Amino acid sequence: MNKILEVRNLSKIYGPGCPQCLESTGPEADTNLCPHCGSVVAIHDVSFDLFAGEVLGVMGESGSGKSTVVKILYFDQTPASGEAIFYDRNRQYELFALNAAQQRWLRNHRFGMVYQNPHLGLNFNITAGGNIAERLLVSGLMDYGTIRARAKALLARTEVLLSRVDDLPKHFSGGMQQRVQIAKALATQPPLLFLDEVTTGLDLSVQARILDLILEIQQELKTAMIVVTHDLGVIRLLTSRAIVMRYGRVIESGLTDQILEDPQHAYTQQLVASAL
Amino acid sequence: MILPVLQVKGYSKHFYLHEQNKLIPSSHNVSFTVNAGALTALVGPTGVGKSSVLKGIYRSYLPSAGRILYRDAMGHELDLALASEHKILELRRREIGFVTQFLHCLPRQATLDVVAQPLLALGVARQEAHQRAAGLLSAMNLPERLWSVSPATFSGGERQRVNLARGLIAKPRLLLLDEPTASLDPKTTDIVIGLIEGLKAEGTAILAVFHHPETIRRLADEVVELAPPPAVEAPLKAIA
Repeated sequence: MNKILEVRNLSKIYGPGCPQCLESTGPEADTNLCPHCGSVVAIHDVSFDLFAGEVLGVMGESGSGKSTVVKILYFDQTPASGEAIFYDRNRQYELFALNAAQQRWLRNHRFGMVYQNPHLGLNFNITAGGNIAERLLVSGLMDYGTIRARAKALLARTEVLLSRVDDLPKHFSGGMQQRVQIAKALATQPPLLFLDEVTTGLDLSVQARILDLILEIQQELKTAMIVVTHDLGVIRLLTSRAIVMRYGRVIESGLTDQILEDPQHAYTQQLVASAL
Repeated sequence: MILPVLQVKGYSKHFYLHEQNKLIPSSHNVSFTVNAGALTALVGPTGVGKSSVLKGIYRSYLPSAGRILYRDAMGHELDLALASEHKILELRRREIGFVTQFLHCLPRQATLDVVAQPLLALGVARQEAHQRAAGLLSAMNLPERLWSVSPATFSGGERQRVNLARGLIAKPRLLLLDEPTASLDPKTTDIVIGLIEGLKAEGTAILAVFHHPETIRRLADEVVELAPPPAVEAPLKAIA
């Protein structure tokens, strides 16, 4: 198996930061807010590897920093320190050393992102088909007929009714908006996909169908995924390995079944014991 | 001399519960070997840590002590207690199978897909994988009308057969069995024993926990009696 992503010592602090920030925050301090300068240590010293075709779970409660990790990797935010290397077709990219144009190129061609909030992933002023066409356009596809056909094929694959290709996303249900987001993320067939709480807030039956769709796509395309969620059911269903975060730090990592059956850290034990 | 597929030396497992500040002992100082084409049975009273030996080998549990030396298909020996997560995932896919007491599978998936899954993961074509799954399910007398539905609504015995079929289909080099015949009727148990004998004949090394002494007598080449952990008394009383 080949490594696709190597993340080392990723950190992000909101606020001025002070020399005591790191020792005053984290799981032992029971906070991510530095009492000395008021900065929030969103994440600190996060490291992990991801292999091609693998699904890694990032679990933890709200504010644990799990979304920040994928937002940094997708260039939505910049890290305070740390590095990430993306290995792609015999090339490697040092993600945070790239210029803005190179980062945009990776975002548009090689990465995909599905956000919890569809407003972040979709342009609500243009149609569902237009959203996908937009991503295909920036990836260099120019022919209208080809773009239209690809957009329709993608929406069909994610089970969006083709009669609604020309509808605006705001007229879609929450589950449908997520399907359009997934279709858009997959448009360029990226080898790496980030999923940030994609089923949170949806009806249970809709959640189940979205998760089934993600699983099918993973099996078909062997896309490597980082799945951020607080839902242990999603972790169990989708991932083979997972990391557990608390107050911005990775407190435990391992095989998913091991983390759920034999959790080592006090917080993970509590988390697993409180699952329904 | 033929080297064993698996050598477990001094395996122990205990759980530390942070919330209650308690140490729960499970398996204690377990040692045995499993050879190709042979079945080693773990025996002992409930709570002696039989399942936890199997889970430690599969790495669903992190071993507390001991070495779990596995010789892979290439003849390389590695300690499963220390192997990387990716190595373990690869061995699970290619060489080591585990039939747990309860069927864990993806929801909303047809029984035929559940059983065929290990073959699909190895890259076998869907049609062939389905054919082999169907063959195994009919050998185990699981009615054909059930094949296209999810095992969610199945009885205990039906689920167990699905679980076994999934565990046996890829013919692993090392197979871990945790009470695979516990809820089967005598006739189906006979069929399962026949299938396990078939796997043994093809060279699979098997480590098993069986409910019935009769099954052990018929299948086991070696029997390992597990002793209860010495410290088990004190912490358990402390919990009560």
